[in-house]
Amino acid sequence: MASLSEEVLLVVKKVRQRKQDGTLYLMAERIAWGPEGKDRFTVSHLYADIRCQKISPDGKAKVQLQLVLHTGESTTFHFANESSALKDREAAKELLQQLLPKFKKKANKELEEKNRMLQEDPVLFQLYKDLVVSQVISAEEFWANRLGGVNNTDPTLFNNKQEVGISGAFLADIRPQTDGCNGLRYNLTADIIESIFRTYPAVKQKYSENVPHNLTEKEFWTRFFQSHYFHRDRINTGTQDIFSECAKQDEKGLKSLVVQGVKNPLVDLLSLEDKTLDEGYGVSTTQPSTSNANRTVKESSNYAIIKRFNHHSAMVLAAGSRKGETPADQASETSSTDGNSRDSDFFQPPVKKVKLQEAIEYEDLQRENRPKTVALNLKKSDRYAHGPVPLQSQQYTTSQDIINSVNYIRHEMANYKPNLTQVVSSTAASSAIVALSPGGVLMQAGAQQAINQMVPSEVQGELKHLYVAAGELLRHFWSCFPVNTPFLEEKVIKMKSNLERFQMTKLCPFQDKIQRQYLSTNLTGHLEEMLQTAYNKFHIWQTRRMMRKT
Amino acid sequence: MKLNIEGLLVYFPYDYIYPEQYSYMLELKRTLDAKGHGVLEMPSGTGKTISLLSLIIAYQRAFPLEVTKLIYCSRTVPEIEKVIEELRKLMEFYSKETGESNNFLALALSSRKNLCIHPEVSSLRFGKEVDGKCHSLTASYIRAQRHSNPNLPVCRFYEEFDAVGRQVPLPPGVYNLDDLKDFGRRKGWCPYYLARYSILHANIVVYSYHYLLDPKIADLVSKELAKKSVVVFDEAHNIDNVCIDSMSVNITRRTLDRCQNNVDTLQNTIHKIKETDAAKLREEYRRLVEGLKEANVARETDIYLANPVLPDEILQEAVPGTIRTAEHFVGFLRRFLEYLKSRLRVQHVVQESAPQFLKDIFDKVCIDRKPLRFCAERLQSLLRTLEIADIADFSAVTLISNFATLVSTYSQGFTIIIEPFEDRTPTIANPVLHFSCMDPSIAIKPVFQRFQSVIITSGTLSPLDIYPRILDFRPVTMASFTMTLARTCLCPLIVGRGNDQVALSSKFETREDFAVIRNYGNLLLEMSAIVPDGIVAFFTSYVYMENIVASWYEQGILENIQRNKLIFIETQDAAETSMALEKYQEACENGRGAILLSVARGKVSEGIDFVHHFGRAVIMFGVPYVYTQSRILKARLEYLRDQFQIRENDFLTFDAMRHAAQCVGRAIRGKTDYGLMIFADKRYARADKRGKLPRWIQEHINDGSLNLTVDEAVQLAKHFLRQMAQPFRQVRSTPATKGTEQVSTFVVWKGRWRHGYRCLNLAFQSQQLNNFVA
Repeated sequence: MASLSEEVLLVVKKVRQRKQDGTLYLMAERIAWGPEGKDRFTVSHLYADIRCQKISPDGKAKVQLQLVLHTGESTTFHFANESSALKDREAAKELLQQLLPKFKKKANKELEEKNRMLQEDPVLFQLYKDLVVSQVISAEEFWANRLGGVNNTDPTLFNNKQEVGISGAFLADIRPQTDGCNGLRYNLTADIIESIFRTYPAVKQKYSENVPHNLTEKEFWTRFFQSHYFHRDRINTGTQDIFSECAKQDEKGLKSLVVQGVKNPLVDLLSLEDKTLDEGYGVSTTQPSTSNANRTVKESSNYAIIKRFNHHSAMVLAAGSRKGETPADQASETSSTDGNSRDSDFFQPPVKKVKLQEAIEYEDLQRENRPKTVALNLKKSDRYAHGPVPLQSQQYTTSQDIINSVNYIRHEMANYKPNLTQVVSSTAASSAIVALSPGGVLMQAGAQQAINQMVPSEVQGELKHLYVAAGELLRHFWSCFPVNTPFLEEKVIKMKSNLERFQMTKLCPFQDKIQRQYLSTNLTGHLEEMLQTAYNKFHIWQTRRMMRKT
Repeated sequence: MKLNIEGLLVYFPYDYIYPEQYSYMLELKRTLDAKGHGVLEMPSGTGKTISLLSLIIAYQRAFPLEVTKLIYCSRTVPEIEKVIEELRKLMEFYSKETGESNNFLALALSSRKNLCIHPEVSSLRFGKEVDGKCHSLTASYIRAQRHSNPNLPVCRFYEEFDAVGRQVPLPPGVYNLDDLKDFGRRKGWCPYYLARYSILHANIVVYSYHYLLDPKIADLVSKELAKKSVVVFDEAHNIDNVCIDSMSVNITRRTLDRCQNNVDTLQNTIHKIKETDAAKLREEYRRLVEGLKEANVARETDIYLANPVLPDEILQEAVPGTIRTAEHFVGFLRRFLEYLKSRLRVQHVVQESAPQFLKDIFDKVCIDRKPLRFCAERLQSLLRTLEIADIADFSAVTLISNFATLVSTYSQGFTIIIEPFEDRTPTIANPVLHFSCMDPSIAIKPVFQRFQSVIITSGTLSPLDIYPRILDFRPVTMASFTMTLARTCLCPLIVGRGNDQVALSSKFETREDFAVIRNYGNLLLEMSAIVPDGIVAFFTSYVYMENIVASWYEQGILENIQRNKLIFIETQDAAETSMALEKYQEACENGRGAILLSVARGKVSEGIDFVHHFGRAVIMFGVPYVYTQSRILKARLEYLRDQFQIRENDFLTFDAMRHAAQCVGRAIRGKTDYGLMIFADKRYARADKRGKLPRWIQEHINDGSLNLTVDEAVQLAKHFLRQMAQPFRQVRSTPATKGTEQVSTFVVWKGRWRHGYRCLNLAFQSQQLNNFVA
């Protein structure tokens, strides 16, 4: 058979595809099928291309397995071996189940990365549309040096893959379905199970304790769904339930969290009130008692729901941030051990100070922080102000006089006391300020009409895109020089044709368009110049190559 | 910048000022000039505190003889600390501008719990425990006993303070709670007593309402504050309730049992003392014959703030003979106690006025009105004489004697209601005697009388005229300022209908209606899908919230909401709620987004701010009317109608709307902030409700958004949020003019990009990538 170097993991005979008998091969990286008696595969899919597999229901006469590709196509295999069809299919299914996720992640990651880059960078996205979608260059070419660049320059970022949080509603996703005979079916996926484990470590512990020694996996989950633990409105009743312990642990965890108190003093309701009324004073001391004794069943079940929702949310939140939290905590602790006597003081003052400062800030009332400019340091400032002036025999003030008067004014200013009750009326003052503001009577300045006001904005935008696209192509082009490998030779020729195609399909229509709108045509002059330079370079290189060859 | 406020030079520690701050200062200055009281409403987040401080301090510097002290009252500890920090900023600005360090002394005062540095005492968790423990270490007779028995425990901080702390005044500066503690640690002085002593000569005192309004505390702390002070009540929208709370008493069977024990202890102690030290009791008797003359002299010479529990008349008389000796008084207390016990053995609800009560007590156990009035004072004297260490233990008997004095002093403004059981549990006997104050002006009257200017201010005081009426004072200025905005950063929407046209309302008849509950759920669900970061939803009461949450759970609405955001719910346990709050903020912070379900009138709605992304939308489910079936409330409404000509409905609506405004106002804490305010009840559209919202909210409700369906609201919200999320560069108008005599620069707007980091924790969504990339 072909490509024997591949490792064949499973061979299933008597598998029909499109009414043809054949053999199914599961290899390390792909799945393939060849018709009986032929020496090649007619069907071959890389695992990375497969989105999912589907199987026919158990009761059906035909035992089938369908592969759905990312492209949307699907391939159906019919296991036709009468005696062992089901077994064969199960084997193939199991193997695929193990293999697919591995490849899926890889494919997804790449896809995700590309998608992310496009979403984050509108310029890149436009470029992608201009070059790939309009088929100036192919997608591989487009990504070739981009993805690589990202991966190579920042490998830490790539390896350090982001921890995926848990959806708050993972329990809601397990929609129970009635199976028609007074029972409920819950569909669990690996993701949901992982979510449950991560959110409720107690359940995970139970699982590892009981499965598979005492219970099968199925039994375990059945009990889980039957337990009050899952149904949040049920109150803990039976003790034989293995999950009652989980509930108790949760309770304990919740209590310990509550006892720990909160770090942010602004949300600490306990210390919010400064002076509470003594017992017996006040209008409404008839607080509904929180003890369970005189609550009705309904009330306490409502209370249980509320409590569990709080707990659930806290756990989901904690599961998402469990990893990142520890270093931050340490940092905050070490930064604040400045030796106070009380435990609570250890971290309180810094947090409190910061929060208080945040709370009283009015940043819009403050002067904005401009970057500080360097002050001009002049030795003789009069020279700077006047420039060299021919000395005239007129009477002029000596520098000493000037310094004296400046000092005098400064002194005057320092001791200036405004007569606050007799100030300029606000209308007069405001008109003065208006006159002195840009555009006012006293601030007339020559207006300049900028070029960007003459061209409509959509043309500007288009021009911008053209520039970006041309820049990208030219970058590819120029990166080929010096041309010293056959690969680069090939690329430079291709790039040249790409450039020409770009000129034909993009630039020329644009030129026509602006001509039609009677705008100055020299808008594209620079672009053409750049292209022309590239062509010239290409011609020089080509003639040189010809000369060398001949 | 420096401002010219009608001839007063005001230093303002920012380079720009909002127009409303300027107007606020103008009004404030006029109030101070007139030496009268004022009611000023200005939206939160427009820098009310700094305007107040800047102007009053400038005034104090300009006219040091007219205004000697600023007493700034706020509600919560964080608020108090914020005020001090703003003050610090202002003082730094002063010294930077004038180049001289000014000799202002400003400090915060809080309870022992927040100020104690004694290692053992401060480790206690509850305020009451700290107070009790502190008292057992520092009471005068304990310290006297220590002379004979040096082994008794001692608080070295207090001793040190007592020895040298009073000689040198606290150096000028701004002292927050932590600064006081630091100072105390350095010097080895007790910060609490240092602060209490220092407020007498400080220029600025910041503390909580109770120190001025609660007669029990005011008598200890604020009695000697100078008459020429300016008093500011910030966040004063609830001030009437604080007044009422401080004057109301509830007596349960448990109180009476504890009181019984107290009386027994008193009896025993008296016996013991009689055997050992009869002279002491005789001395006390002599003092009581002399009467309360000293107190009377002090009040006449205007040294003390009057105490409403200790009315003027009784100061002129001696304690009546029937309760002058210790034994007689204890016997008197016993009789009174027995009478109360008999009153609690009722089978049906009783409501009566104070005179009726007095008549009944005279008929039944022959207790006269006069000795009752002296009860509180007589008990204090006795406790002092008997040198009882832990006053906290005697809270029950103190409560009873306070009740006795109050009931015999005020024939009006109070009502007595005896309920044999709670309404919800008619089978369980739990008799309570409510002695409730209905007239908030009683508690606040001494403050208005004593201090030359009292400023009542808050973000939500509408309608303004009701406060002077219920607090019974004549303000010289009343003003409501609106918020100047360069972009409408608040978007109030009134959602009156569900998508199926069901009218949304929390009114009693439709409260259990599934259609309403479902539509409310839908509203929250839809909003959770479009609002970024945090949403806060308020319900009208705990019970209502619990029911709705339960039925949302049953209908699967909560689970759908969880797909968009995490859900946190306020509970009645403060510690649990604090934790939920912190987690909520964490979830908003890391971009996951969260919903907080909370209760109007609850702790969250009163004390927690949801700035910026912590609250992008507030949803008010229903109109938060107070529980109208309560007898106390009914009595109060009746009283308001008879005394102040305020109709029941007006007051109820006023009360509901101020709480609604408080709730929705939690989300907007500044001009850089933005948020949706969704009023989900069709009753909000009515003019009488809408008109009672603060002006700065009312202005932005347009007629088109009065009766929206859920879908329409979602569309408007989407539009609003999309606009607001745009990065907003600062647009300063050219120096604008405002006021009549001067030019100032006003800032108009500056916004900020606050959405960039949202995607971090949303990685789980990226599994659903579209296949755009080849």
